[in-house]
Amino acid sequence: MTPLQLDLLTTHYNYYAVVLLLGIGLYMLVESANLVKKVIGMNVFQTGIFLFFITLAYRTGGNPPVITDGGGPYVSPLPHVLILTAIVVGVSLTAVALALIVRIYSEYGTLDEETLEQLYYD
Amino acid sequence: MIEHLPVLLVVLPIVGGTVPLVASLFTDRAGWLVATVTVLVHAALAGLLGWTVWTEGSVSYAVGGFAAPYGIELVVDGLSASVVVLISAVALGVLAYARHAGPHSNAFYSQFLLLVTGLTGMTVTGDVFNLYVFLEITGLAAYGLVASGREASSAVAALKYLIIGTVGASLYLLGVGYALAATGTLNMADLADKLATATGGYDSTLVLTAFGLMVGGLTVKVALFPLHTWQPDAYANAPDSVSAFISALVSTVSAYALARLLFSVFTVDFLEAVPGARWALLALASVSIVAGSALAVSQTNVQRMLAYSSVSQFGLVIAGFTIATPIAVVGATVHLLGHAVMKGGLFAASGIIERETGATTIGGYAGMAARTPVAAGAFAVLALAMVGVPPAVGFLGKWYIVVGAVEAGLWPVVAVLLASTLLTLAYFARLVERLYFAEPTIREDAAVADGGEGTDGSRSSSGYRPDGGASVSTGMIAVVVLAAVLAVALTAAVPALEQLLEQTLPPLLNQ
Repeated sequence: MTPLQLDLLTTHYNYYAVVLLLGIGLYMLVESANLVKKVIGMNVFQTGIFLFFITLAYRTGGNPPVITDGGGPYVSPLPHVLILTAIVVGVSLTAVALALIVRIYSEYGTLDEETLEQLYYD
Repeated sequence: MIEHLPVLLVVLPIVGGTVPLVASLFTDRAGWLVATVTVLVHAALAGLLGWTVWTEGSVSYAVGGFAAPYGIELVVDGLSASVVVLISAVALGVLAYARHAGPHSNAFYSQFLLLVTGLTGMTVTGDVFNLYVFLEITGLAAYGLVASGREASSAVAALKYLIIGTVGASLYLLGVGYALAATGTLNMADLADKLATATGGYDSTLVLTAFGLMVGGLTVKVALFPLHTWQPDAYANAPDSVSAFISALVSTVSAYALARLLFSVFTVDFLEAVPGARWALLALASVSIVAGSALAVSQTNVQRMLAYSSVSQFGLVIAGFTIATPIAVVGATVHLLGHAVMKGGLFAASGIIERETGATTIGGYAGMAARTPVAAGAFAVLALAMVGVPPAVGFLGKWYIVVGAVEAGLWPVVAVLLASTLLTLAYFARLVERLYFAEPTIREDAAVADGGEGTDGSRSSSGYRPDGGASVSTGMIAVVVLAAVLAVALTAAVPALEQLLEQTLPPLLNQ
């Protein structure tokens, strides 16, 4: 391993967090039998993506992107704006998902995926 | 006003979509009227835009006056103009169907217009992040619409759709992040330039990952095998109007977006520089064609069979786009538009047959042609058009795709394409034969029980749908007959479409 690669591995720890969040989120989404936990997993997965974008924007020694005299270098404002939008989308999705879960619970009386599947195919 | 057409097409339905909600303060039956007026204006604008593109070539619009690549750009060329016109036309047809078939609530029509907004936005946008936002707007509206069925199973289907759809869209967003890291831009045209010169070029891990995630995310939305699992539940449990609408448009526009990514963002050069990516996509499409057909053959519920048929047909469309010769792309576009009309018509016809006879399964369809001659006739015409019997539009699309594959020398793909026609025949011929030549299994007076052999018990035991009653209006019949006529008549419009694409395709395909 060259020093450069080693350097990348030891300094870019934000990306470990991204990978962990993506992995944990996806695992919860697939593996948890509880519908609410699935939605939480979906949120964790999306949070990993948000962190990925925010990390992209960072630069060492960068200032907030408000132009002042001799203020540069700046961090990139674009990913922040994108993620602001993506968070709004994520909140709407969570709201719709929870509304559906409330309806499923009132009709079937369960949040467990396997029990639901039996009721659903009866 | 003419120069603002692209943005008006998006703004109009989203503003129109808020009106039924406000109107709920006074009446709960204003939704249909508002939606119809909005979609009529939308159709007029779409026609005008189509005409502008036809006479003057591509239209580009900088939202808010911020010039590309910094601002969001809307781009309408021949390909997107034809999809926009399709969206308007199908939305009008579905409104005519939903007038009687329901659902009737104001909230339903708000979501309906929101879905039109999302679909139009996905079609006209020239910015990859903006595409994500419209993808999610489309998704949110579609989840809500699927859940608008009265039965609880529709909520389960919608939740399944939501979770799988969100993962797909999130993967796409992650891919956008990689593309942004590689190039620092989000504008499609700008990305096409900068991806070519990105560090490491097309072969770099960053670009390949971006391609894999963006295309992978969209194939979830298109519902290619094995990422199709949300589709049969969603289509079979939604109200008929919704099934017809989303089966005709949601996957169609996602497939269009995938084509846009292939040609306008990653470009044909990328596909040539990275043959692995092209083969992977062709393999996915081919597996989808075969597996979708095999699953369709094994279904007992007609609407689930139609849903699996979509998995197979979209395999064809994506294969056509990936072959990327001019004739294959024209074929894929023809089949994309034709499939929307045919599949929407088939779902609408199956809804009418269910209302009139209570039949939802293939066994239940036996002998039903005598009871609902018009709907059954339209169903048969649409089914044969889907198989690709000349002179229907389904034939022409498949023919062009096959010719493209032969020209490109992709023989395994040619074999799959030809086999797909036989497989499509396998599931549709069986149904048409039952409709016309089998002894009825459902008695006229007891049109409730349907043999109970469907996988979806709640449907086959209820016989008719509580939403909107079991009667059928002239408008519903007219829509289905119109779809059947269009499935044949659109063949005559193919030369015009080719002419429209003639200006658009060469730059996209580097010819």
